[in-house]
Order: sequence, then structure tokens, then C-alpha cells
Amino acid sequence: MRACPRQEKESHCQGEGTAPPKAVQSPPCEPDGRIRPGELAPAFGLAGLPGGRERNSEGLQAVGLASLRAERLVFTGVDVDVGAGGALVLSGPNGSGKSTLTRVLAGLRRPDHGTVLWGGAPIADDLGAHARRVAYVGHLDGVKSGFTARENLAFAASVGNGDVDHALGAFGLSAYAAFPARMLSAGQRRRLALGRLLLSRAPLWLLDEPSVGLDTASIRLLGDVLAQHRARGGVVVAATHVPLPLPSVQTLSLS
Amino acid sequence: MKVFLALLGRELRLAVRHGADTLAALLFFVLAGSLFPLAIGPEPATLGRIAPGIVWVCALLATLLPLDRMFGADLEDGSLDQLLLSGLPSPAVACAKALAHWLTTGLPLLVVACPLAAMLRMDAGAQPALLAGLLPGTLDLSLLGTAGAAVVLGARRGGVVLPLLVIPLMVPVLIFGAAAPSAATMGLSPKSSLLLLLAILSAGTPVCLLAAGAALRGAAE
Repeated sequence: MRACPRQEKESHCQGEGTAPPKAVQSPPCEPDGRIRPGELAPAFGLAGLPGGRERNSEGLQAVGLASLRAERLVFTGVDVDVGAGGALVLSGPNGSGKSTLTRVLAGLRRPDHGTVLWGGAPIADDLGAHARRVAYVGHLDGVKSGFTARENLAFAASVGNGDVDHALGAFGLSAYAAFPARMLSAGQRRRLALGRLLLSRAPLWLLDEPSVGLDTASIRLLGDVLAQHRARGGVVVAATHVPLPLPSVQTLSLS
Repeated sequence: MKVFLALLGRELRLAVRHGADTLAALLFFVLAGSLFPLAIGPEPATLGRIAPGIVWVCALLATLLPLDRMFGADLEDGSLDQLLLSGLPSPAVACAKALAHWLTTGLPLLVVACPLAAMLRMDAGAQPALLAGLLPGTLDLSLLGTAGAAVVLGARRGGVVLPLLVIPLMVPVLIFGAAAPSAATMGLSPKSSLLLLLAILSAGTPVCLLAAGAALRGAAE
């Protein structure tokens, strides 16, 4: 219970799916501000936290995160609170730690200070379980040039029991299914990496510059996919420079 | 288990796609082995006596060749993050990699070792001992190599440091591996050497995999 909810903005995304996101069922907010006493003072403000949610619901929280990179403080005092169906955009200039924060939230990197929680439990208690609830698209595509588009998704499909053809189709890659990935353009490889999201049943999607290399039509496809995921109660955290088609989104600016 | 097998399948399929890399280790083994008769001379008595050692040294060096790319390629293209987030514990990822390395390098070496040994005039009666030693021995080498490859991952000039790191660790495998066929040539039982190779395997498997798993997590940070 940390900040005032943006009830009217949250309701935008309800029309996209059948189940309304749980995040909108928020009790009255506390008007006295978003920081609890005794907490590390955050250096960066969280705009538009949908607050008042109970901690036991599925959702991503982080308290007082700080990270060092080569002895340099990348960010400190970062708090995150995104509930089911919510989305958080990490913005900031190059080198402000957006990618680092994404990796911390994925559990790939230990924060030098602070805790990441999922549903109220620290993810460090069981990184394997957290890995199963994370779908991560990093700034590298993770695409093997020697594999065809379909083969590139095969491993992700076996992890998440997903349908490769559906994932390829959702990003307009059906025609390239049998093409070696080395013949795909940068944007197509990016779409292939994004296709992994659809193969996973993970509730938490962590995207690092997901729209890099995408044309406007593909960005629209990405917007549809993200909206469907949120309508199912999924959480999206995206680091980006450019506006993404994400309605009623919180923004965390790192500087 | 299903994800583990999927990862193993992915590794084997990658090895087939990059067939040249896979064959390179095998061809290196044969070529390096056939240099010895040219350098030492074709005298059967001398060659036959050192043949087990030649086969083992060449096998050890050949298993080092694919290690550089074992995790390096995955780190460079971002696949390593996906593997670590697949829900498999990181030692299991290392285990799949080690197994794939053995299936694509160690197992073919076993097949080619006998013709190479015959070419070096090794006593035909020692062939079973050579193979029985190479079977657990190449598994040992794959495990040690996997741990070493994971530890140097992300380090500058990791490919250069890697042999310096793992060759000393591979020395016991080499000693007992080469001792088995030598003992058989002299009419002694190779059993003790083979048992020691198996002991290294059973003790080394958990240690190497846990070390490799921890190193992979560290490299991804």
C-alpha cells in the first residue's frame, strides 16, 4: 500500500481480454505518499504506482534495489511494484542501468542491495522457480544462425509447451519458418526472439528494448501480444527509449 | 528431464549444423597421432611402446579444441540467458553441455582410437584396455573441460587461459588412462588403472558440474 492508484488509467486495458486484470481491484489508497517510513529513500520516483494491492497477489515488487557495475553505482534506491495485468516501462539515457535492472528482475544478476519479490516472496529463495515464471528478451536475440526459424524456437517450445507455428504466425514469420536464421534481417531476428514470449507460460515478461529493429506493423503486433498477456493477468516490464504500444503503464525513469 | 533432453537435442543438432567444428577435433586427433611415426621413425618396437601415450595425449588435446565455443557462442548471442532461465538448474545446463561434448568429441575419438593405435603398432592385445580406459577417461576430460570452459567464460583471452587451466587437472586422467594399455602390453592387469579412472569420474562429476553451474551463473551477471 504505497501510492495512489490510477484507477481510470488502469481500466483502459480491460477491454482487450475476457478476464479483467486483478490489479484494478484496489482498495482505497493511502494519501500520504508512496514511501513507507524506514525505507531507503528512493532516488528515482515511480510515476503512477497502482497501489493498495495486497502483497499476496501475483506481482513483481522490488525494494531498495542498487547495482554496481565495475565499481560504479549504476542505480540505487529503485522500488518497483507491478501487479497482475500491470506494465512498467523503464526509461532513461544509455548507461542508466535499464538492462542491468531488467537482468536483476529476471534473477540473472544479483542486486548489490535490495530485494526482488514475486507474490511477496524473495526470488533469491528459489531462483529456479523464478526462472520458470520469467520470459526474458534481452538486447541480444539469442538466435542461432545455423538453425532455421522454427528450430530456434524449438527449445523454448519444449520448455513452455508452446506451439511454434502460432508463435511464428503471431509475429508474421510463418513464411520464414524453414529459413536459416542467418538469412533473416535484424528485425526478423528480433521478431523471432519475441516469438519466444508466446511459447512460454511465464507470467512475467521482461523485455530489453523490444522494439529495436521492428517496423511499425511489427510494433503493432507486439502491442497486441503485450495487451493479450496483460489481459490474462501477466506482468510486463520493458526497458525502452521509444514509446511502446502499452496503455496505462507505469514509468520508472532511471537517470 | 524433458527440458534436459531438449537441451541435449539442441546441442547435438547444433553440432551437426556446425559439422566442420565437430570434425575438426577428430581430424586433429588423427593428424597429430600420425605425426609421431614421421618424427620418431617407423621402428615398430619404439612406436608400439609409446603408442598408448601418443593416443592419450592426442585425445586429451583434441577434446580441448571445441571447449572455447562450448559456452562462448551462447554467451555472445544471448542464448546463455535463455538456457539459465529455462528452469533447469545451472549444473544441469552444464551437464547437458558436457554430455553433448562427449557425444560429439569423446565418442568419435573412441571409434578412431583403435585404427590409430594399430597404425602406431600398439600390441593388439592391449586394444580392449585402451578402449576401456578411453570410455571413462574421455568422460572425465569432457567434465573437466566443461568446468574449465565455464570458469573462463567472459574472461578476456579465455581461449588461451583455458588449456593452461584444465590441462593440469587432466593429468591424473592421462596417467591412469595411458597406464592401462601399457600394463596390458606387459601382460599385467589394467584393472587398477581403470578403477581409478572410474573413481575420478564418480568424484569429478558432481564437483565439475557444480563448479560449472556456479561459473555459468557468474558469467551471466
